[in-house]
Amino acid sequence: MAKIEDRAAAAATLNDDIGEQKRLALYRTQVVIREAEQRAYDLFLQNLVKGTSHLSLGQEAVAAGFAGAMQPGDLSFCTYRGHAHTLARGVSVTKVLGELMQRDIGLMRGKGGSMHLTSVDHGVMGSYAIIGAHLPIACGAAWRAQYKGQKDVSVCFFGDGTTNIGAFHEALNFAVVWKLPVIFACENNLYMEYTPIADVTAVPHPAADRAAAYGLPRIIVDGNDADAVYRTALSAYDKARAGDGPSLIECLTYRYSGHSRADPAKYRPEGELEKWKERDPIKIYRERLKQFGVAEETILGIDAAVKREVDEATEACKAAPPPALDILTTDVYADGGFAWRN
Amino acid sequence: MAELTYRDAVIRGIAQEMTRDPDVVFLGEDIAKAGGVFKATVGLYEQFGPLRVRDTPISEQAILGAAMGAAMTGLKPIAEIMFSDFIAVCFDYIANEFPKSRYMTNGQVKVPLVVRTGNGGGARFGAQHSQSVENWCMMIPGLKVVAPSSPIDVIGLLAASVRDPDPVIFLEHKSLYATKGEVPDGEIVDTLGTAKIVRPGKDATILALALMVPRALAAAEKLKNEQGIDCEVIDVRSLVPLDTQTILGSVARTHRLFTVEENPRLCGWGAELVSIVADEAFYDLDGPPVRITTPHIPLPAADILEDLALPSVDRIAERVQRSLNA
Repeated sequence: MAKIEDRAAAAATLNDDIGEQKRLALYRTQVVIREAEQRAYDLFLQNLVKGTSHLSLGQEAVAAGFAGAMQPGDLSFCTYRGHAHTLARGVSVTKVLGELMQRDIGLMRGKGGSMHLTSVDHGVMGSYAIIGAHLPIACGAAWRAQYKGQKDVSVCFFGDGTTNIGAFHEALNFAVVWKLPVIFACENNLYMEYTPIADVTAVPHPAADRAAAYGLPRIIVDGNDADAVYRTALSAYDKARAGDGPSLIECLTYRYSGHSRADPAKYRPEGELEKWKERDPIKIYRERLKQFGVAEETILGIDAAVKREVDEATEACKAAPPPALDILTTDVYADGGFAWRN
Repeated sequence: MAELTYRDAVIRGIAQEMTRDPDVVFLGEDIAKAGGVFKATVGLYEQFGPLRVRDTPISEQAILGAAMGAAMTGLKPIAEIMFSDFIAVCFDYIANEFPKSRYMTNGQVKVPLVVRTGNGGGARFGAQHSQSVENWCMMIPGLKVVAPSSPIDVIGLLAASVRDPDPVIFLEHKSLYATKGEVPDGEIVDTLGTAKIVRPGKDATILALALMVPRALAAAEKLKNEQGIDCEVIDVRSLVPLDTQTILGSVARTHRLFTVEENPRLCGWGAELVSIVADEAFYDLDGPPVRITTPHIPLPAADILEDLALPSVDRIAERVQRSLNA
């Protein structure tokens, strides 16, 4: 058995298809999501986050893997469970927590809230809280790219429950018929909201088993392994950029928290959460980094830096004022106001 | 100057805007190769090609969703929903997606698109292909809602809608497609949010929209000829933005207000206008405002029943006369 120093030296030169730099970025993104989501939960308990919120704790690898495969200019369309995908595109924790905490420094100054995180500058084209609505919208963005000969690709993230709504099927058929550069990324976390997806779906794999109906390959990926997600996403982006049309990818994962803030997730069988936590995406990834010879202190350094970033964001948000009252009626119409009559 | 049908005006309006701006694209069911079920898009596919004029599956959510995604990212789509009743199957986009995105995102997301749809009754199609749904759209903050009554207005208001930075629901009336009107040559661009006095008068103000405009005009002629009552008829044209100043100005001159609405009675656009006039011009009125509407029923198919349901020239004239003589 090689000595530790030898193994580390080998890994440092080990440059597989992902490479060390990308892996550190994938790790960091997952830790940012984990820390920010955990913080969002803690802030609920202090009543500093109001309304509802849908966390991605346990699902970090999907957001990180896809974002890692994107190029600048690629567009993301998210659901109400969209904090992770927004953070993964590089939106600051302050902007995200600020929105959740209804502060003027929030991403949309408190006008959208947790379920509608949007940062057009980062390619986050919206988080949509009507199940399925954003799949056709992503098709439209992809149609624009196709029409204008632009090379960006649109991805829409959605949960397993979305596969049973009409817009999912309309969008899949539409995207294939028009051969659009769009990726449909299903995060199958086993529960539609409170009900197991298997109890309400005709096929075992709610997204992948429907792919054949639209002439698409059946793709299932380990959604707790950021490398696997990254590689699968990358091939879908390559396909879309080559003009070969859409992909449908089912990522198998698990959410640690309930559906939303109000849900204690008591419907889960005993031991299920613990079983999934053994395959925690961040735990898996830490082990992998170590296998590839990344020094422990590098990993701990990332953890500490992220923790600091989230702490600072939290303090900044706590100190920030609430939204200015005059934005109540702004941006209903393009003239900036809400006038509907003269 | 040429005489055009309302149907041909739709074609000319779309063609005018597609010629002007390569970012204008057009999608819908049977709109391309077939030229539209109402033949209101004939020739556009041949003129602008398969990349800009695209047939879709029968997937109204996909049509409006795709139009929105394209609009958000730089195109100016015109989407057709064949019959306005079908708006119900894609209402999420009308009610939640188009109109709320700009607000929710603090102005980041813009949705400049037009939804054209065949609205209204008179074609004996029965309850699910005949309703006037302007009130479904008018009640939603963030949308604009336009309903032309003549070929020239079709072109001018369609052009204004395509050039508008907000989502516009453009309601074409199915029973007007075959009607004709004089249209000047060259580019025509109108202004949203402007009502038009289509017949000046001094005894009463009649507000009408789309198919109800020619009926209100005919009723006004009848009242003039038979009763000597001189009605001012206003084509409201644009429900959002709403040109209340033209309407309030008219009421200040005539002192009486009538609305002629094809929509079922409850929450029709006339209710909002009567409310505005009651709030702001109560003392201009010499009598109660009167709403002449379709009864609060689904529309029947049989011609004799449908004709009874929609406000007719005779019913409008009779109701105005009865009120003024009361």
